[in-house]
Amino acid sequence: MADKKFNPLPGFGLTMGYTLLYLSVLVLLPLAGLFLKAFQISWADFWQLITDARAIAAFKLTLGASLLAASVNAVFGALLAWVLVRYQFFGKRIIDALVDFPFALPTAVAGLTLCSLFGANGWLGRHLVPLGIKGTYTPLAVVIALTFVGLPFVVRTLQPVLQNMEQEVEEAAATLGASRVRTFVQILAPTIFPTVLTGFALAFARAVGEYGSVTFVSGNLPYKTEIVPSLIVYQLEEHNIAAATAIAAVLMVISFSILGAINWLEGRVGKFND
Amino acid sequence: MAGAVKSNLGSGRSAYRRGTAEPPFIKWTLIFIALAFALLFLLLPLANVFYEAMGRGFAFYLKSLSEPDTHSAIRLTLLIAAISVPLNLVFGLAAAWAIAKFEFRGKAMLTTLIDLPFAVSPVVSGLVFVLLFGLQGYFGAWLDEHDIRIIFAVPGMVLATTFVTFPFVARELIPVMRETGSEQEQAALTLGANGWQTFWHVTLPSVKWGLLYGVILCNARAMGEYGAVYVVSAHIMGRTETMSLRVASLYEDPQGGPAAFALASLLALLALVTLGLKTFVEWKTQRNFDLAQRSAESAKPETIRAPA
Amino acid sequence: MSIELKNVTKLFGETPAVNDVSFSVKEGELMALLGPSGGGKTTVLRMIAGLELPTSGDLFIRGQRVNDIPVRKRNIGFVFQNYALFKNMTVLKNIAFGLKIKKWKRADIEARAAELLELLGLKGLEKRYPHQLSGGQRQRVAIARALAPKPTVMLLDEPFGAVDAKIRQELREWLVHLHHDLNVTTLFVTHDQEEAMEVSDRIVIFSRGKLEQIGTPREVYEQPTNEFVAQFIGVMNTVEVEIQGGIGRLGELEFPTPGHPDGARLRIGFRPYAVQVSSDLTQFRYRAVLRRTYFLGIMLRLELELPSGLILRSRISKEEYAQLGLSDGREVSLQIRTYRVLARDTGALAPEVQAFYDLPPSVGENI
Repeated sequence: MADKKFNPLPGFGLTMGYTLLYLSVLVLLPLAGLFLKAFQISWADFWQLITDARAIAAFKLTLGASLLAASVNAVFGALLAWVLVRYQFFGKRIIDALVDFPFALPTAVAGLTLCSLFGANGWLGRHLVPLGIKGTYTPLAVVIALTFVGLPFVVRTLQPVLQNMEQEVEEAAATLGASRVRTFVQILAPTIFPTVLTGFALAFARAVGEYGSVTFVSGNLPYKTEIVPSLIVYQLEEHNIAAATAIAAVLMVISFSILGAINWLEGRVGKFND
Repeated sequence: MAGAVKSNLGSGRSAYRRGTAEPPFIKWTLIFIALAFALLFLLLPLANVFYEAMGRGFAFYLKSLSEPDTHSAIRLTLLIAAISVPLNLVFGLAAAWAIAKFEFRGKAMLTTLIDLPFAVSPVVSGLVFVLLFGLQGYFGAWLDEHDIRIIFAVPGMVLATTFVTFPFVARELIPVMRETGSEQEQAALTLGANGWQTFWHVTLPSVKWGLLYGVILCNARAMGEYGAVYVVSAHIMGRTETMSLRVASLYEDPQGGPAAFALASLLALLALVTLGLKTFVEWKTQRNFDLAQRSAESAKPETIRAPA
Repeated sequence: MSIELKNVTKLFGETPAVNDVSFSVKEGELMALLGPSGGGKTTVLRMIAGLELPTSGDLFIRGQRVNDIPVRKRNIGFVFQNYALFKNMTVLKNIAFGLKIKKWKRADIEARAAELLELLGLKGLEKRYPHQLSGGQRQRVAIARALAPKPTVMLLDEPFGAVDAKIRQELREWLVHLHHDLNVTTLFVTHDQEEAMEVSDRIVIFSRGKLEQIGTPREVYEQPTNEFVAQFIGVMNTVEVEIQGGIGRLGELEFPTPGHPDGARLRIGFRPYAVQVSSDLTQFRYRAVLRRTYFLGIMLRLELELPSGLILRSRISKEEYAQLGLSDGREVSLQIRTYRVLARDTGALAPEVQAFYDLPPSVGENI
């Protein structure tokens, strides 16, 4: 049928075919393997594996710490984005470029340096430990590491939105007599809130799956500072394939749900920005 | 797009704004708090790495880097990157071409699939390959028969790294290719060019900065990957250790602290280079954008003489 | 015949963007594809180029059926509405692109490029990039680039759309000169009927995918084949009359229309130049008040209101206006010299009825 979307550009068949092939072999196949394996485990066993006390502890820690880390990033990341977009100050360019540092830095190095910083002899540790703030081998350590890796997400998601915000809206509010605080609370904040939420969700998703940095600072103490990815690694090393698979499947479901939520959020935000 | 940090390539306006503003007291307080946060989480870790690396002096620094096992770790990391990045580059180009220049159903589904690795924990990324190619895996028996080792050997590490990093090039290219539209390509076709010529001469130059940026990111992540590679590797020193894995094993060794930091500093340097290149690319695209804006506004009318 | 279309139809989903169109273009002709937005003219152009595929029908270029020939083998020159210049290449490289593809020798490429740079007034701009050029310059580069490989046919999509009004006028004249020098068959799409009238040898008028009329500017102006064309080209007064006793009436206006039954309703059309005006209230048949005068250079358009409330448009020269001592609010008398019965669908219109005497209009007038 000649009237189906004709496109004079060549190469669709080739590129599409290669894309699908690559995706199938590299992504779909492995992921299918995971879920197939997961389904091979009987329901009863599956349930037992993921409700094992140690697993529950790991899930609680992962979700709790990720939530906390993402929240910290939401608040301070938004602040940082605001300051970077709106104000001029010495060193701004450098800080702006450095925001991506956690994103570009290998997680192992991140873990290493955070461990060193917050350890008893570290630059921060030597002051904090005596105060009772232990940044290594504690749940706090986990939160710190997750905050680090999630830092760029809120900032980078918010920056373009802040940059493209029409200044006229604020000026209009000012001409109508609104104070700066009121303008912020009633006009600006609602506009940027959905974007902050998206950034929060991205940071959250990242935190949930993070392994490298946490494994250094947390010590992976079961029931105390063991996150889900660490537990999966432990199960693998003990050749408990089923356990590893079951827990991984649950983690995947959580991650996908967050991904879905982000897509939905971005769809909602899109509607307002027309 | 879970897990992805959107780039600000060509995002347009300058950040500097005047007009309605907060009182200076508030402004500087906010700046102070933001900077304190940045200092704590960005500057301190960065400085710390280099400080500790140089802890025993520069000579020691160099010596620990040339240690044979560390050396192989560096080589292995480079090898893995040298394989994954080009593979993902080709994929990125193909996927971006298909998605950006054509209309078809299921496009949203396809882009979501491409974003998938961002939603998967690195550990799980490694696990899936163990499930496939490990001894108890689906292909395990067959592989064992033919004496092929994928898991706990370099091929497995390459696979895992490729899996984790494959979205980067595609994600950078798709919006850029979409933005340039397909009119230039159509024009090339009317002038007699075939598909390859069009792609090479017209499409590629128009996306070169996005492409470079994607490759830089892909490479940084490929060289720095830890979790996925940890799961599929056998951690045999000198054989299946990448730089990240070596840093970990050095640190576990009570004597290995400074050496670990020395190696870590190399990776941190890589991160800084990545950031620098990223800033450069962003500056370039912003410049191009501004130039185009400025020329569009200054299209001067002029008299046209009829051809002699 | 340089280009020929036979029963070409293009469907986008269910809607026919182009509906059973047939026409041919002579060798060396400069032809305009004219019509309102969405009329199908750009689609026709792109089908000739090969950038779209017809759903049915045949396309011929120089006698050869080209339906199955891909765009890059058709040897056409295409100028896009937004120029589509290669942003990463200099002016010179843009122009040379098609020649490099055809594997011309380096010396030949340089010669041809120099020739075109001279011809289109682009000398000195070889090393510039598209973003360093003005709108008019970019367009000429686009034309030079398309001309370089010596195409059999030149296709231009709204060539003057993106340019300032003043430049547009100059570009039009320049295009006519260029075509005269090069004599390449040229097809261009426009929605501006003034432009089509001024520039082309023949005009093809499209509306909603259908070909309404094809003819010289004079033909489509003086002898529109249906109401759409009559209304689209130039300005037309239209009134809907009811037939009583062989005369179509509306308000005080009467148009003898023999051959139509009583009670029938017709649409009558007449050009502004056909509305003759006098300050002597007894000279002509109908009374009216001059409501507004529009200044259009040498000519003036008059908006005249009849006692029944009907508004008619007339046109006179500045001299006549002064001679008659007209001004807004003046009462005048008017008559309608020639008119024609318009039909809703295609099909020949009744010839123009000459009520009094006939003054031939000149071509290219647009009111």
